[in-house]
Amino acid sequence: MNSNNKSTETYYESIIKQGHSRRDFMKFAAFIAAYMGLESTMVAQVANALETTKRLPVIWEHFQECTCCSESFIRSDHPIVADIILDKISLDYTLTLMAASGHQAEAAKHKTMEENKGEYILCVEGSVPLGDDGNYCCIAGRSAKDILLEAAEGAKAIIAWGSCASSGCVQSAKPNPTNATPIHKIIKNKPIIRVPGCPPIGEVMAGIIVHVVTFGRLPELDRQGRPKAFYAKRVHDSCYRRPYFDAGLFAETFDDQNAKDGYCLYKVGCKGPLTYNSCGTIKWNNGVSYPIQSGHGCIGCSEDGFWDFGPFYERATNIPGVEGEGIADDVGKVAAGVLAGGIAVHAVAAAISKRKEVKRRITRGKENEKNIES
Amino acid sequence: METKNFKRVMVWELPVRIFHWVNVLALLVLIITGFIIADPPALMSSQEATNLHYFGYVRFIHFVAAYVFFFVMILRLYWVFAGNRFSSWRAFWPFRKKFWRNFWHVMKIDIMLQNEKVEDVTKISIGHNSVAKLSYIAMFFLAVIMVITGFGLYADMSTWWLPKMFDWVVPFFGGDYLVRTIHHVCMWFFIFFAMVHVYLVLYHDWLEGRGEVSSMFAGYKFVRGERLRDEDKVEDIDPL
Ligand code: SF4
Ligand code: SF4
Repeated sequence: MNSNNKSTETYYESIIKQGHSRRDFMKFAAFIAAYMGLESTMVAQVANALETTKRLPVIWEHFQECTCCSESFIRSDHPIVADIILDKISLDYTLTLMAASGHQAEAAKHKTMEENKGEYILCVEGSVPLGDDGNYCCIAGRSAKDILLEAAEGAKAIIAWGSCASSGCVQSAKPNPTNATPIHKIIKNKPIIRVPGCPPIGEVMAGIIVHVVTFGRLPELDRQGRPKAFYAKRVHDSCYRRPYFDAGLFAETFDDQNAKDGYCLYKVGCKGPLTYNSCGTIKWNNGVSYPIQSGHGCIGCSEDGFWDFGPFYERATNIPGVEGEGIADDVGKVAAGVLAGGIAVHAVAAAISKRKEVKRRITRGKENEKNIES
Repeated sequence: METKNFKRVMVWELPVRIFHWVNVLALLVLIITGFIIADPPALMSSQEATNLHYFGYVRFIHFVAAYVFFFVMILRLYWVFAGNRFSSWRAFWPFRKKFWRNFWHVMKIDIMLQNEKVEDVTKISIGHNSVAKLSYIAMFFLAVIMVITGFGLYADMSTWWLPKMFDWVVPFFGGDYLVRTIHHVCMWFFIFFAMVHVYLVLYHDWLEGRGEVSSMFAGYKFVRGERLRDEDKVEDIDPL
């Protein structure tokens, strides 16, 4: 992992030292600026920032997670992302990728935290189990909650990677046995960027880090604390199958002709219309494809609670705990039937109970009819 | 036998009637298109998507009807302050003795179908009865939920400030999932309401012959002559 003098290096210096050419570097700057949604005139600013800023100290904690966020990150499009930002330079502490281990690793982390108090970025991957005193997730003999509180103390900002850290993900599915808790519910006094997705797209992750480096501040966040550049639109609104949706052409099952023709996957449970993410534009694995392009509906992996909201392969969504919409229609139909029956019974009862009153009125009306003069 | 003497009274002014019928239309369209959007029928077509836009139109009609539903609701809200005694907020104010006197009367006579020995005309409502009023208050809040969840889901697709005003909704509920489930479940209550409402209107018209049905077309109901103070003065009727 890094030695101490590295914290005085700029990103550019490190990149060159790693054997990349200036051309590679400029390509990286242009590419990441594009993903961040910046104008092309801003590329110079990005490059300039990477040339002149000292690298940001980053501590990357792993709690209740599957490491798919790290996996996604190191598979992001450009080699510089994996090589430089993550692997060789930026990370002062990350269990999964660092060479040091045991006491050495913990010592390195504490050193970074002390030397860069108030300066370092804390990245968190995974949720924190609060149940049973936090015993469900212990690292180096300490509970995840302990470690998080300590690391958050001196952090400049926190990035909550993935659905685990930003909303709890599957381990917090009902009944949430470990009481898995997302970061923003534990840390209240630090700016937190939530980067949901299971995992988030690698380019999105790199884009966020570069944004912080380039501009020295957090990217613009939406009301849920997600970077607007990547989470402002639904997958549905950038989906290439959208014309089929608007035409009303849907795959009815996964093996019908419609599915083969690439029709919209709405009726086989695609949650793209409910999901805010960049899959339709940035795609996955170097832009090769994304789930919908491969014929599988979006499961809404970047949405809070997607694990509890019901079937992946049906249109309906459920309210967690209660069977929601699908059942709502069944209950609704039955209730409407019962109601109609009740109305019929009431009508008959009314005709019987009020018969005298009605009869009186009819008689009077008929009499009046006979007495019409002009 | 003597026929009771009835006077014609303007109960539902034009804005109320416009609200009622436009609302009916908007709701019908919203419910039908809503069902289609929730579970679109399989379309047998060999046309290319380029030449088809049927589902887009269904959604478009849903959104247009939603705007109509919303604006006509605003009109009715305005009329709550400008309208006559039957449509004013005063009529809906439940913290009055009269309100509950009528409520129990309706429960007994019209819901439990009891018969009165001696008729007391002052217990009979001229405008809405209290049970109906309570149901309209409930429906109003349900409509507010529909507007909030509906525009909340729509806000993201719009550039206009009006739907944008609802862009807090989805973050508030934590995502689209819950918002659209609420939107869908609440829709059913409009169906239930409409069933009971239509039945009870027919029931009252059939039993009482005071013009319950036609009042929503022409505005008049027929009121016992003795309840009117004077030939041409109808102002002092209690807003029941
Ligand atoms: S496949 Fe999914 S995201 Fe794409 S248009 Fe259909 S419903 Fe929308
Ligand atoms: S398409 Fe949907 S489920 Fe798949 S990665 Fe994107 S947001 Fe997640």
